[in-house]
Amino acid sequence: MERDALTLDGNAAAGLLGELFAIEMTAAVATCDACGTSGAIGGARVYGGEMGAIFRCATCDAVIVRLVRTSRGISFDARGMRCLVVAEASA
Amino acid sequence: MTSASVAAPPRMQWQIATVRAVVDETPRVRSLILDVPEWPGHRAGQHVDIRLTGEDGYRAQRSYSIASAPEAPDLAVTIERIDDGEVSPYLAANVQVGDRFEIRGPIGGYFVWTAPLGGPLFLIAGGSGIVPLMAMLRHRALVDSKTPTLLIHSSRGFEEIIFRNELERLATKEDGLTVYHTLTRRQPVGWSGGARRIDRDMLTGIGIPPAMTPRIYICGPTPLVESAARILSELGHEPGLIKTERFGPTGG
Ligand SMILES: Cc1cc2nc3c(=O)[nH]c(=O)nc-3n(C[C@H](O)[C@H](O)[C@H](O)COP(=O)(O)OP(=O)(O)OC[C@H]3O[C@@H](n4cnc5c(N)ncnc54)[C@H](O)[C@@H]3O)c2cc1C
Ligand SMILES: [Zn+2]
Repeated sequence: MERDALTLDGNAAAGLLGELFAIEMTAAVATCDACGTSGAIGGARVYGGEMGAIFRCATCDAVIVRLVRTSRGISFDARGMRCLVVAEASA
Repeated sequence: MTSASVAAPPRMQWQIATVRAVVDETPRVRSLILDVPEWPGHRAGQHVDIRLTGEDGYRAQRSYSIASAPEAPDLAVTIERIDDGEVSPYLAANVQVGDRFEIRGPIGGYFVWTAPLGGPLFLIAGGSGIVPLMAMLRHRALVDSKTPTLLIHSSRGFEEIIFRNELERLATKEDGLTVYHTLTRRQPVGWSGGARRIDRDMLTGIGIPPAMTPRIYICGPTPLVESAARILSELGHEPGLIKTERFGPTGG
């Protein structure tokens, strides 16, 4: 199957993110480290499911976040993200 | 890397939902009215996760958009049956009133519209992608919003138009809502709506132009969502105003 047909939005991984963060992370705005574009986490492209998800920049397709459920817990690798802005109203 | 063990935030905790009523929408689509004891309320466009556990302990989990308006007394989801699917055949066909399963939510803060955000509102749905957009339209109606709104709804055939009667009722209120249906596979005799997939000509011909800076919400099968979003951004709509909710390869 083509990867494209399996793409979801960052919003689809909101449940997984919600297990980790008390704030609504899909509304937070991330800056991609590769291209510098800023966009809501909910608008990133997501590949994955309940076991984990890869978030890619909607502009340049670089990986911004890797979220993986392991036997030790949920690991959150955000090295592809330069900065994250959380609006105070959603905190 | 350290691993702390903490409880999930309250809205992410699984609760038990009980099916209070079942409504057949089309031959393949069914709405479930759910009783959830600790429902914190939601915003139009949000979804829930539903988790089923088999007798052998096997679990499967899927996301489903909330169909009901925040103002409505009943919490509803609307599910299309995918024949070889793991979860949807149970929820859309075999489920019985009184059945119980796990649910968590509401989830998502991105694909959300509330009346104070204003418009114009430009909604594009493919098949069951109408569900979160219906929550927005129901919310809009219940708060008496007059936000100028256009819905383009793509279905396979007339009988497969989800919420057809309710959409017709909403569109005859003359409160600024226009509904345009396109049928991609079969059209009834004398059909006056669209008769093909959503394409550039359709979006240019009847869509809200970029100069009016509409808030755009596109939902449905991933290929439809990608193509509509790409066309709209090529037409000059600001990417930040185009919000998408891909349902995956299925649906529509
Ligand atoms: C945020 C969000 C909200 C959603 N809201 C709704 C909603 O309101 N209503 C609704 O009906 N659905 C909704 N969906 C889709 C839903 O989550 C399920 O994906 C859908 O019900 C199918 O689940 P299933 O277990 O029946 O099928 P699955 O067992 O997951 O798949 C069954 C079949 O579907 C097809 N399929 C599945 N995955 C693929 C694939 N990767 N490639 C090609 N074909 C595939 C195949 O034929 C496959 O055998 C939503 C999805 C998301 C992400
Ligand atoms: Zn980028």
